[in-house]
Amino acid sequence: MTPPSLVVDGLTKQFGPLRAVDDLSFQVRPGAVTGFLGPNGAGKTTTLRMLLGLTRPTAGRTLVGDRPYVDHPSPGRVVGAALEASSFHPGRTGLGHLEVFAPQVGVSRARCRAVLEAVGLDHAARQRVGGYSMGMRQRLGLATALLADPPVIVLDEPTNGLDPEGIKWIRGLLRQFAAEGRTVLVSSHLLREVEASVDDVVIIAQGRLRHASSLTALREQASPATYVVAPDAAALADLARSHGWRTVPERDGLVVDGATAPEIGAAAYRSGLELHELTRRDVDIEELFFRLTRATPVPPPAASPPPATPPSPGPAPLKGDDR
Amino acid sequence: MRSALLAEYRKLVTTRIWWVLLIAMAGYLVFIAAAIAASFAFAPADGGSVPVGEEAARTTYSVINSIGYVFPLVIGSLAMTTEFRHKTITQSLLVEPDRTRFLVAKVLSVVPVGLLAGVVGVLAVLLGGAPLLALQGDGAYLADRDVVMSLLLGVVAIALWAMIGVGFGTLVPNQVAAIVVILAFTQFVEPVARLALSQVDALSDLANFLPGGAADALLGASLFAADGGDLLPRWAAALVLIGYAIGFAALGRLTTLRRDIG
Ligand SMILES: Nc1ncnc2c1ncn2[C@@H]1O[C@H](COP(=O)(O)OP(=O)(O)O)[C@@H](O)[C@H]1O
Ligand SMILES: [Mg+2]
Repeated sequence: MTPPSLVVDGLTKQFGPLRAVDDLSFQVRPGAVTGFLGPNGAGKTTTLRMLLGLTRPTAGRTLVGDRPYVDHPSPGRVVGAALEASSFHPGRTGLGHLEVFAPQVGVSRARCRAVLEAVGLDHAARQRVGGYSMGMRQRLGLATALLADPPVIVLDEPTNGLDPEGIKWIRGLLRQFAAEGRTVLVSSHLLREVEASVDDVVIIAQGRLRHASSLTALREQASPATYVVAPDAAALADLARSHGWRTVPERDGLVVDGATAPEIGAAAYRSGLELHELTRRDVDIEELFFRLTRATPVPPPAASPPPATPPSPGPAPLKGDDR
Repeated sequence: MRSALLAEYRKLVTTRIWWVLLIAMAGYLVFIAAAIAASFAFAPADGGSVPVGEEAARTTYSVINSIGYVFPLVIGSLAMTTEFRHKTITQSLLVEPDRTRFLVAKVLSVVPVGLLAGVVGVLAVLLGGAPLLALQGDGAYLADRDVVMSLLLGVVAIALWAMIGVGFGTLVPNQVAAIVVILAFTQFVEPVARLALSQVDALSDLANFLPGGAADALLGASLFAADGGDLLPRWAAALVLIGYAIGFAALGRLTTLRRDIG
């Protein structure tokens, strides 16, 4: 049986005057790591809490496989989750914490020990959680999520408080989960932090979907821009317009988004346009993320050339939401 | 339900606070029982309203409830409020999204610790009260059927208090607020209310329906109604206490546990 997908459908959450999540829809497929990205306060945690039945949506619904989380007979066996505020009783030992939740996910005490070992906490098994460092808590939260060896794994900001070694370790784990065919959803406010481990990205800001695609498709949007100077500025602008390139004036020339220097050079040559400068400008993926998530979103740079073939089976809505 | 019960039970016994409270309870009850027994044993012979004989024994031992009930109440309320204080409620509801089942399991899970607290309480009041009653007074009455019955029901009452505590903690999930209210109610509000109500004929029955009054009636002895005459029948007292447990839990289910978590 393939692990269930996750579906978020028209999800909305209103906190008094604040619309924390606003008509959000996306899907998370099995066998891949989906990065759930957005700046602090974007609504990621609220969305995950609704997905897990902790918070009631104002509108919309969420599904784990064929039904809402809470309608699974033993949801803790289906979805292993570690939420941002993953919290522990400070007086309990790490092992005691796992043993408390073991009966309801149907695992033995031996499994608790094994999971602690797997997250590198075996040395602290009998230590009270009150004395754990932030990184150790993250690992214990992860151990809790992995207790039932679940087909779906949901982690909220798992890299917070981890040292670089820990971050690398999480990356490896996430890749391993995906390779095992599990459905993995991992949130972060930093694209860079998860860039190396995600297959798909769902980017939100102010509670709204801004972009959902494979990481590859996002990278294509972040394709190099080119700085062009031509003595006949009007002719250059015409050329850009005729090719549907987005341009931004800069000093004597134009920055053309989403077209490479060879493409522009070839087009200019064909139309007999004299160029004085043709320089590649890299658009950083982090810069793209910033553009996608800023308060008033501007369209992503490469609005024109959609990939000829839709990029690998990414999350459902492939186009960004640029309202 | 079995796994939910086991989980709740493990939550309780993997923390230390309850046995700290049991030790405090034991110490406090030994002291109070000794003081009460002394006041009976050393009372002047013509002391009038001071209980004597078997009634002195039962009244002394009844402090397990009338004085001791604050401890199981706190233990029970902590079982719930600690989930909110340390936000373990999130993980608890992830593995048990049926919030009613979660609550019922939590209420039932304090029964073993409540019974243990009851046994500790009985031993404490006997340790504090029996020697003085036996040496100076009319005897400790440890073989008297009524006294033994009263002590056994004391154990039951303490377990019921722990369950009521869980219900109350659900209604007032803020840990500090819950403890302050429990302390204020048990140490001040209810004793004063019972004394005041008992002075007014028309209202004296009302005092029997206060939780402490009902629990005294379950034991069949009370510091506040020394002759035991005004108390509810035992079965009614038991119903009143169970009513408080269910009432608080139901209110907590409809308020705290209906809200968003997080
Ligand atoms: N229980 C709540 N009551 C009121 N506002 C909340 C509540 N939870 C979250 N918010 C608000 O909703 C917005 C989204 O929060 P959150 O989902 O935690 O964002 P993220 O996890 O992406 O950082 C924030 O503005 C936050 O202050
Ligand atoms: Mg968050």
